Amino acid sequence: MAALRTSAAWRVLDGFGGSVRALSRSVCPASVEELAQVFADASAEGLAVSFRGAGRSYGDASLNTGQLAVDGRGMRRILSFDRATGIVEAEGGASIADVWRRTLPEGWWPAVVPGTMHPTLAGCVGMNIHGKNCFKVGPFGDHVLELDLLTAAGERVTLSRERDPALFRAVIAGLGLLGAVTRVKLQLKHVHSGELRVRPLATKTLSQMFDAFVEHMPHADYAVGWLDCFATGPAFGRGLVHVANHLSPAEDPNGHTSLALMKQDLPPSILGVPKSLLWMLLKPFTNDTGMKFVNSVKVALPEPVGRDGTYRDSHAGFAFLLDYVPDWRLSYGDAGFIQVQLFVPDANAREAFAEALRLCQRRGVVSYLGVFKRHRADDYLLSHGLDGWSLALDFKVPREPKRLWDTAADLTRLVLEAGGTFYPAKDQVVDAASFAHSLGDRLTRFSEIKRRLDPGGLFANDQARRLGIV
Amino acid sequence: MSLVFRHAIVVGASSGLGAEIARQLAADGCAVALLGRREDELRKVAASIEAAGRGRAIVQPHDATQYDRVPAVLEHVMRELGGLDLLVYTAGIMHLPQEGEYDAARDRAQVEVNLLGAMAWMAPVAAMFEAKRAGTLVAVSSIAGERGRRGFPAYSASKAGLTVWMEGLRNRVSRFGVNVVTAKPGFMDTAMLDQVERKPKGPLLTSAPQAASLILAAARRGTSASVFVPGIWWPVAMIVRHLPSFVFRRLNI
Repeated sequence: MAALRTSAAWRVLDGFGGSVRALSRSVCPASVEELAQVFADASAEGLAVSFRGAGRSYGDASLNTGQLAVDGRGMRRILSFDRATGIVEAEGGASIADVWRRTLPEGWWPAVVPGTMHPTLAGCVGMNIHGKNCFKVGPFGDHVLELDLLTAAGERVTLSRERDPALFRAVIAGLGLLGAVTRVKLQLKHVHSGELRVRPLATKTLSQMFDAFVEHMPHADYAVGWLDCFATGPAFGRGLVHVANHLSPAEDPNGHTSLALMKQDLPPSILGVPKSLLWMLLKPFTNDTGMKFVNSVKVALPEPVGRDGTYRDSHAGFAFLLDYVPDWRLSYGDAGFIQVQLFVPDANAREAFAEALRLCQRRGVVSYLGVFKRHRADDYLLSHGLDGWSLALDFKVPREPKRLWDTAADLTRLVLEAGGTFYPAKDQVVDAASFAHSLGDRLTRFSEIKRRLDPGGLFANDQARRLGIV
Repeated sequence: MSLVFRHAIVVGASSGLGAEIARQLAADGCAVALLGRREDELRKVAASIEAAGRGRAIVQPHDATQYDRVPAVLEHVMRELGGLDLLVYTAGIMHLPQEGEYDAARDRAQVEVNLLGAMAWMAPVAAMFEAKRAGTLVAVSSIAGERGRRGFPAYSASKAGLTVWMEGLRNRVSRFGVNVVTAKPGFMDTAMLDQVERKPKGPLLTSAPQAASLILAAARRGTSASVFVPGIWWPVAMIVRHLPSFVFRRLNI
C-alpha cells in the first residue's frame, strides 16, 4: 500500500496566469478502471484528489498543494460521432480542439467554445465555460446531453436532464468536486461554412459599447467587446465590438471548402516571426507604458473590411484569439498575471463597469486587456451564469503586489454590491465570505450533495479550500 | 548576497563531513535534521550540537537506499523542523577493489548510495523549491568523478553520475531562483580515506571542518555553482580532465 505517497511523481503546477503555483503529486490514469483504483488508493492513503486537464484555469482551480492532482489527459479518446445528428461522445480529457478537428470537416462545430481550444471537456463541464455567443445559446452545460461521473466510491453514474437532473445540474459548474467527468455527450451545432462574417464596430464610450451589443444581439450569432482600460477623459471606455454571424448557403455557396482543417489553422507566423517565439516580442510591452501604446494602436488601426464593413474569418480564427500567440502568458514574466472577470446583472452593469474602470485608473492598477460579453442565466447549482454582462480584466502581478491585491479586493466588493457573481475558472482572489454571499443557499445545497456523494472529502483543490467550498 | 539557512536536512550526517556540516549549520542558528543509518552516531552528533548550545538538531534514522521511504521521511522531518530551505546530501560510500578483484554487488551498492539516493532526495526537494522559487540544494560529489580511475571505477562512476545529475538539476531549476551547489572535495581526512594507502599530505589533504566550511560558504553565496574543495583542486582537475585517455591510463593516479 501507500503506493501513491511513495511512487506518484511530483509536479510543480501553476495556474494559467502563472501567478500561483503549487507542488502536487500527479498521476495520469489511462482508463476509468485505473482512475477508480487511484480514488481507492488516495482514499486509503489520506490524499485529497484534484483534477487537472489542460491547466487553462487562470488561478488555483486545479492545484492541490501536497496532495494528488489527477491529470485527465490520459483519457482523451473521441468515442463516437454521428454526422447525421451532430452528437459527439468523448472522454473527459478530450479537448475542444480534439472535438472540432474531428467534427468540423463534417460540418459540425461545438455550440460553445472558450477563447482557447485547449481546455478539456471535463474542464469545460466543471467550470461551465462560455463563449462569445453566451447571450444567444447559453453556457457549455446547456449543450451537454449526458455525462458519466465517477464518484469517490468508484461508481460510474450516467447523468442527464432526465436521469438525476439535480445531480446533473450540480456536476456542471461543480468544479470537479463531486467526482471525475469521464464521458461527455455533446450536441454540436451544424455549420454550412467554415467561415463567419465578422463586423467590427468602433465604440467611443462605454455606453456605446453596451448600446452596440443591444442593437446587434438580436441578429448576431457572436458578439465580443474589447475595451481600452487606459483611456481617460473623453476617450474613457472606448473600445471595439466584433459581431459575427454564420454564413448561409446563399452567402457562401462553396461553404464546405472552408470546413477543411487546413482552412482553420491559425497562421504559423505573424509578421514573419515564428509563432513559438512571439511571446518574447511581447515581453517589452507588458508594462503600463507598453500596454497603453498597444491599446492605442488597436483603437487607431483600421481592420481590413470590405465595402459592407465586414470581413470573413475562420471559426478557429475568430473563436481562439488566445491561441494566436502560444505561451503569451510567459510574456508577463515570472510573477505572472491574474484575471478578474466581473459578472454583473443587466440592471447594474453600466454603472458597475464604469466604476470598476475608474477605480483601477485611480489606483494606478490598469488592466492590459478588457474583454466584454453578454451572458444569460442558467440553472446549474454553482454557476456564475446570470442575466447580465461580464468584463474580464487582465492584471500583471507587479513586484510589489499589494496594490493589486487591494484593487482586486475592491473589485470583489464592487461585484457583490452590484449583485454579481464570481467565475472560478478565472478566479485567484475571491475570499470565502464573498463567494458564499454571491451564491446564497445554493452553496449549502451543493455542500449537501457533496457530503452525500463524497462523505470522506476525497475531492478538493486549493481554490475550493480558499473559497470555503470544502 | 549571503544566504542564512534556517531549516536544513543533512543526509549522511552520522560521521565525517556530514556531521561537520551539520555542526557548523547549527552553530549558525540553523535547525538541522540529522539523517543517517546509524542512530547512535547521529545521537552523538546531536549531543555535540546541543552541547554547543546553538541551533537545534533532530535525529532521524534513514538508509539512503530506502528510496520509497523518502517522501514520508521528508514530510515528517519538515514538520519537525518547521520548514526547509537547505538540503545537503553527503551520504556516500567508497570501496577500493583489490588488484584483480571485481565485485559487481559492491559496485552497485556505491551507485545506490552515492547516486540513486541523491536522486531520490533531490527530486522531491527540487520540486518543492521550484514551486516556492527559493531554496538551496547541496550535493557532495568528488573530484573522483572527473575521470574513471583505475583504483575505484565504480566510485568514480557514481560521483561522475552525481556531478552530472546535479549539473542538469542546476540547469533545470536555477532559473527559478533555486540555488544548486555541487561540492567536489579532493582528499579529505575522514574515515573514508582510511582505505587509501598513499595518503596525500599538505595542502592537498583537507580536514572535514575545513571542507565543511568551504562547502557552506559556497552554498551561502546563493549563486549556484560547482566547486572544488579546496579550490586548489580546480587547476589539477582541469589538467586531469583534459588528459587524453591513452595518457591517463598510463598514469598511476
